[in-house]
Amino acid sequence: MTNKMDLSSWQTMPIGGLITERGNSKEYETGDWRALRPVVDMEKCTHCMICWIFCPDSSILVEDMRFAGIDLAHCKGCGICAVEFPPKAFKMMDEVKLREEG
Amino acid sequence: MTITIPKALVTTSPVKGIPSSLNGSMAVSQAMRQTNPDVVAAYPITPSTIMVEKFSEYVANGEVDSEFLAVESEHSAMSACIGAAAAGARAQTVTSSQGLAFMWEALYVAAGLRLPIVLHGANRALSAPVSIHVDHTDTMGARDSGWIQLYAENGQEAYDNALMAVRIAEDPGVMLPVLATQDGYTVSHSVERLELLPDAAARQFVGTYHAQRSLLDVRNPITVGGIVSPAYLFEIKRQMVEAMDNALDVIARIGQEYGRLSGRSYGLIEGYQLDDAEVAIVLLGSTAGTTRVAVDMLRAQGIRAGLLRIRSFRPFPVDEVAEALKNKGAVAVLDRAFSFGAAGSPLFQDICSALHRKGVSIPLVNYVYGIGGRDAAPDELAKVFQEMELVADSGQSIESIRFLSMRE
Repeated sequence: MTNKMDLSSWQTMPIGGLITERGNSKEYETGDWRALRPVVDMEKCTHCMICWIFCPDSSILVEDMRFAGIDLAHCKGCGICAVEFPPKAFKMMDEVKLREEG
Repeated sequence: MTITIPKALVTTSPVKGIPSSLNGSMAVSQAMRQTNPDVVAAYPITPSTIMVEKFSEYVANGEVDSEFLAVESEHSAMSACIGAAAAGARAQTVTSSQGLAFMWEALYVAAGLRLPIVLHGANRALSAPVSIHVDHTDTMGARDSGWIQLYAENGQEAYDNALMAVRIAEDPGVMLPVLATQDGYTVSHSVERLELLPDAAARQFVGTYHAQRSLLDVRNPITVGGIVSPAYLFEIKRQMVEAMDNALDVIARIGQEYGRLSGRSYGLIEGYQLDDAEVAIVLLGSTAGTTRVAVDMLRAQGIRAGLLRIRSFRPFPVDEVAEALKNKGAVAVLDRAFSFGAAGSPLFQDICSALHRKGVSIPLVNYVYGIGGRDAAPDELAKVFQEMELVADSGQSIESIRFLSMRE
């Protein structure tokens, strides 16, 4: 595979599944796997950073030591943030429905 | 990849062979010595042990400069070959029976990664109970792994295949591993008079291998053996189907080229008294020699018997087989392997599929023979031909699988 969306024909792909470009895993957005998306209510967020500690995919974005959003390209929707943060600022919502609604 | 085409090959006069008295294993180890692979990784197992034993002597004597890895198992042997081949080396190994079975998951890796490894085999039954003697159940277990499978009839062909296998595997249109096998003991331990190519001619024939992409090519880094999503595996396996199709032409072409060099040409199949035959036996490996004797016996009695030997079992030469058998009155397919519960044994399945695909409808009977080293004598094979005469007269196949020389 030369890049993440190389959906060329079998005749043109490198044989043996050879990856011929270095570091191309960067282009693979594993957030595609997500079924549930964490949606944040910023009014409840205290910037305690408990979500940042627990997130197994390092998908909590931080600016100036404060919560700055979620990296949805890599968040897999595990919901740990929604469980661990006491004031329940995170709500896990249906990914497909959110996408359909745009 | 650049493979040097030696000047000797454009001439039509063969080079003078070196007459030798060797068994099939020693003949293959001579081919390995002449090939001088970059890496040989092996774990000895009967009846292929002699191949690697002799080769390790060549290593110890400095007659080759191969990196020889005496690994702790066949799984490791195949894995080491995979690593070496991915690094751009020409890698070879040797095995039989349980050893091949132990390599099984790695066999698929070698083929899937399109690494042109050569495995020299000596067929032996699979346990249990333990048998060290020949049948083809071991290599049939690797049938669908993506390896090319070449079956030799005798030590001469085993030697010739060992050299040709290198060229076939490394052909840019193929790039698949090759299992070049011979029957255990019957060929591997039987001394025969055969001819080796002079070292220089053999080395020129196999040429030098330059991997197109390799892990050691730091200027063009690659990842080998990555994980793929459902969007890719299907296409990657489809490429292997194409490579197998290409191999049909490549095996035939290299068999001709080798013939111009050595005087011994090889095709995908080989017939004996087949053209005008009314009844025929189809099989793989050394029993072809015995079948020739049976054919001669029956011809002397006025029965038009013939033999079709399949040299290349994978890829299976569908067109050639259908063409060779289309006018026969009855054909016996002799399998030296079981496929328990199947509609037929492995070779029979392929013969049926090939004939059906080409619209050839002739009576076929499947015989299982020679299991665990059971002898297949000329008289027994003559009986098969006689049964085929009856089948040809009736025009009806015998549906049940027959067992040759079975005590009832």
